[in-house]
Amino acid sequence: MTRPPVRHRIITASLLTVAALYFLVPVYWLVVSATKNSADLFGTFGFWFSDHPHPVDHLVAVLTYDHGVYARWFANSLFYAGAGAVCATLLSASAGYALAKFPFRGREAVFNVVLAGVLIPGTALALPLYFLFSAMGLSNTYWAVLIPSVVSPFGVYLCRIYAAAAVPDSLLEAARIDGAGEARIFGGLGLRLMTPALVTVFLFQFVHIWNNYFLPLVMLSDSDLYPIQLGLTSWTGYADRQPVLYQYTVGGAFLSVVPLMVLMTVLQRYWRTGLTEGSVKA
Amino acid sequence: MSRDTLSRPEPAVRKRARKDTGSRPRRASRTEARNARAAAGFVLPFLALFGLCFIAPIGYALYQSLQKTERAGPLGLGGREQETFAGLANYAHALADDRFLTGFGRVLLFGAVQIPLMIVLATALALLLESASARGVAFFRSAFFLPYGVPGVIASILWGFLYVPGISPLVKTADFVGWDVDFLSRGTVLWSIANIVTWQFTGYNMLVLIAQLKAVPGELYEAARIDGAGAWQVARHIKLPLIRPALVLTTVFSIIGTLQLFAEPMVLRPLASSIDSGFTPNLHAYSEAFVGNNQHVAAAEAVLLAVVACVLSFGFLRLAGGRAKGHR
Repeated sequence: MTRPPVRHRIITASLLTVAALYFLVPVYWLVVSATKNSADLFGTFGFWFSDHPHPVDHLVAVLTYDHGVYARWFANSLFYAGAGAVCATLLSASAGYALAKFPFRGREAVFNVVLAGVLIPGTALALPLYFLFSAMGLSNTYWAVLIPSVVSPFGVYLCRIYAAAAVPDSLLEAARIDGAGEARIFGGLGLRLMTPALVTVFLFQFVHIWNNYFLPLVMLSDSDLYPIQLGLTSWTGYADRQPVLYQYTVGGAFLSVVPLMVLMTVLQRYWRTGLTEGSVKA
Repeated sequence: MSRDTLSRPEPAVRKRARKDTGSRPRRASRTEARNARAAAGFVLPFLALFGLCFIAPIGYALYQSLQKTERAGPLGLGGREQETFAGLANYAHALADDRFLTGFGRVLLFGAVQIPLMIVLATALALLLESASARGVAFFRSAFFLPYGVPGVIASILWGFLYVPGISPLVKTADFVGWDVDFLSRGTVLWSIANIVTWQFTGYNMLVLIAQLKAVPGELYEAARIDGAGAWQVARHIKLPLIRPALVLTTVFSIIGTLQLFAEPMVLRPLASSIDSGFTPNLHAYSEAFVGNNQHVAAAEAVLLAVVACVLSFGFLRLAGGRAKGHR
């Protein structure tokens, strides 16, 4: 392969660098600002550290403010996203596996209904869901956020495509001849062979639930049940009267971004492979 | 980082092969019954919850949108509340509301400008990263993708601080060079929101496009290069047509996302007086339900929103699909 001309490489590098600045500067601002107290947040230049950075103190202040309510929101977010994504993955895996491996009447109809679910905007659904759940007495409970989070039509779609390609029928037949039940075959063979797809579904759903704002906003009124996003916006709502909350909002935003950043960086390659499966057919 | 963790799926092939099992009718029917039982066990848990969280709410919203609350008692105040059939009155009410319609117009304008910009940017970055001239690909890819890990609310809070005078280093810097800029004025705030959305989702779309680019066999590029095609020609005539499906997918998801626009204006509202409660259709439906206490109109608006989203995304799919056939 011939090496591209130097001129090309310089142009490419500068364009990529400009883009990287655009995407990274706000994150950089967040990191810098998390080390500042309220006065410095307003009084010093935003893109540089103040004279007395106190990152640890400020983050501890965020965590302990109002009897540690931030830590509670953080735990809630972890619970919604963690438990929700695990259940969503298992449900999608089993439905996708069945749609790929058992020819039954109405299979395509079921699959098409699920696919239509991918195209329905989530927030258009959230309000009706609230009306329904509130009629059922489920609003303002953990269930109100958790139950809708475990349904992932996209996960089913992905699992079906993946199971069709990665789980050989001959292997299933062999297991059946050995006398294994369908549930055991799925648990022992199917799930194992589908692992890469399951990681992708888990990640998608985890980030989706973690980032969801509208659903918890309409469902929850008790601040003890809030996920982080909702908690932080409730702080910004009071910041006019209590300016220290600006500082806590910045610190809280910083803390909330860290776990997802780590997750994203580590699992990026699974993520990418999952995306291809999604786009091949569309 | 290779793609070998997932092999390319071939769903259609195996389906055919399956049909041949059980040549004798009796055995076939027994297999069928066994299949159906097993499949039901695997599919029903998901379908039950799908029904509860997708189908039932749509049905309930349709039902609610056709109802109205009537208050018995003098002057319609106090007394018992009663639900009665309202016909299409709630839809008429929603469609007669100037602010609701303006909000729709606003997000359509937003989408018409922001989606093409974002997709072009994502495509350009994907092509640059996948070109032979790029160095430090892993770093840049992660840097561009990073904002996707920032939830919409946090991104809006973050950019809100970068927009608001007094705290924003951007405004200060602009001021310093003599540029008097207001990111939150009536005329600019929509584009400030567009910037937040672009910042968040360009990297995600770029990754989808890169994934599809990777699926293109390398020999194709080699052949083109041997034929004397430059980097630009390879991108224009080979890569772009081949990543069409991914471009369609990202555009459809962007259309759906745009119509749902909510968190960004909601978070920026305290900072920008130009954002009112009807700024986007979603915001309008939300305030009808929780501020105006008018569930029925809110339900009608949610239905309208879903219908418009479906029409637009299906419409785009048709359009894109039709053109693809024309090419072949």
